[in-house]
Amino acid sequence: MTATLACSPTTGPTFTGLRCKECGHPYEAGARHVCEDVCFGPLEVVYDYEAIKARVSRATIEAGPASIWRYRDFLPIEGDPIDVGTGFTPLLKANNLAKRLGLKSLYIKNDGVNMPTLSFKDRVVSVALTRARELGFSTVSCASTGNLANSTAAIAAHAGLECCVFIPSDLELGKVLGTLIYNPTLMAVRGNYDQVNRLCSEVANTFGWGFVNINLRPYYSEGSKTLGYEVIEQLGWQLPDHIVAPLASGSLFTKIRKGFDEFIKVGLVDDKPVRFSGAQAEGCSPIAQAFAEGRDFITPVKPNTIAKSIAIGNPADGPYAIDIANRTGGQIAAVNDAEIIDGIKLLAETEGVFTETAGGTTIAVLKKLVEAGQINPEETTVAYITGNGLKTTEAVAPAIGEPYLIDAQLESFKQAWQQAQHAQQAA
Amino acid sequence: MAVQVLIPTPLQKFTNDEASVTLEASSIDALIDALDGRFPGFKGRLCDENGKLRRFLNIYVNSEDIRFLDNQSTPLSPGDEVSIVPAVAGG
Repeated sequence: MTATLACSPTTGPTFTGLRCKECGHPYEAGARHVCEDVCFGPLEVVYDYEAIKARVSRATIEAGPASIWRYRDFLPIEGDPIDVGTGFTPLLKANNLAKRLGLKSLYIKNDGVNMPTLSFKDRVVSVALTRARELGFSTVSCASTGNLANSTAAIAAHAGLECCVFIPSDLELGKVLGTLIYNPTLMAVRGNYDQVNRLCSEVANTFGWGFVNINLRPYYSEGSKTLGYEVIEQLGWQLPDHIVAPLASGSLFTKIRKGFDEFIKVGLVDDKPVRFSGAQAEGCSPIAQAFAEGRDFITPVKPNTIAKSIAIGNPADGPYAIDIANRTGGQIAAVNDAEIIDGIKLLAETEGVFTETAGGTTIAVLKKLVEAGQINPEETTVAYITGNGLKTTEAVAPAIGEPYLIDAQLESFKQAWQQAQHAQQAA
Repeated sequence: MAVQVLIPTPLQKFTNDEASVTLEASSIDALIDALDGRFPGFKGRLCDENGKLRRFLNIYVNSEDIRFLDNQSTPLSPGDEVSIVPAVAGG
């Protein structure tokens, strides 16, 4: 356990401890995630923003590494980070998709090419495992819908930490294989993600491991702020007008907002209104349902969707996500599985970006909001793509056609080419 | 005949570090009262001033979230296993 930290003006940590997000009760910066002395609210890291402000400028950030660690003064670590090149992923100007949708200024933040495991989870895990090492854990773990398991296993391998991760037993093959290759102990639990999480809470109670999304959650979740910082920097130190991001637990969404707020607070970017819109799959849309009904509390659901990476029926940060959407004039909408597949195909065909089902959900909701007149075509809009399509090929395999099988002869090719032309005209 | 209750680490300071306790109770509400009877102050940690379970806590009966059952009125049968689990995020 680490005692209260002191901030120096130039070096060392910029965070001082933890605090309950609900009641404000303070805690030391150890491995804990809930307000155990008062209300069980989630704990958050407390920073010394004066120290950060004295230390950082656009120039110091631009001179940093091409990874999330260019923002290390905003992250809750004390010493050297585990830097596996995570972050600073492309922000693509999506002109073709914009044209198709009737927008003028659309960007794709592409974390499907994040390092090392092709999802935004590499950001949160890089921070969590750096902190796990600082807190003296030798074994790390997580409850995962797939991407987090990939990332925890990979970065633990690099950092030389023991790793045991838990997933629902019905995950896509690519996500299972993409965890096993790093040789962790992998537990495939008969049950959905919420049941896996419940089990892991009990394991965390008894095994003394660092669970990135449980007892390390206050540190872990801070990694998502870098998705806010990067977009500001990549837009030329400006905020966008509107962002659309997928909602699973709701944590990513709230941390993008926090990233924007922190850059405003320390004077790195000028303040302006940014609307926050969230995307869910109809088969698991407890946050969208609560938003539509004007509730500020979540009624859990049992997931039934192809969008497994965001299939969290009991989203811990759902109430905060609803609050942000309401405060910023955004929307939270849900789309069905067919629309999700169309979203994946649309992004691939227009921008050359192959995303997984969570990204398909985001693009489908983006389209839905444009069609409903809820995104102004003049606005600078950023859609967050959080994962890579090669991990969930079974979701789209039935919907993308197949190759023409031909002989190695010109005539065979000509016939097939003619068929292809007809097929294209028919479409 | 009794039910078994799994206690999360943050609440084990009430239960003399015991991770599991056995109690007689016919419903979740009755169980919360029984816990408070044996470990004074326990209810104030689980529930707000109106006796409603705090929103960041989940209670499961035999692995089923009580919000899919009858919330705090959910009946309990002898041999049931009840888990108290603080909410976590992830994905």
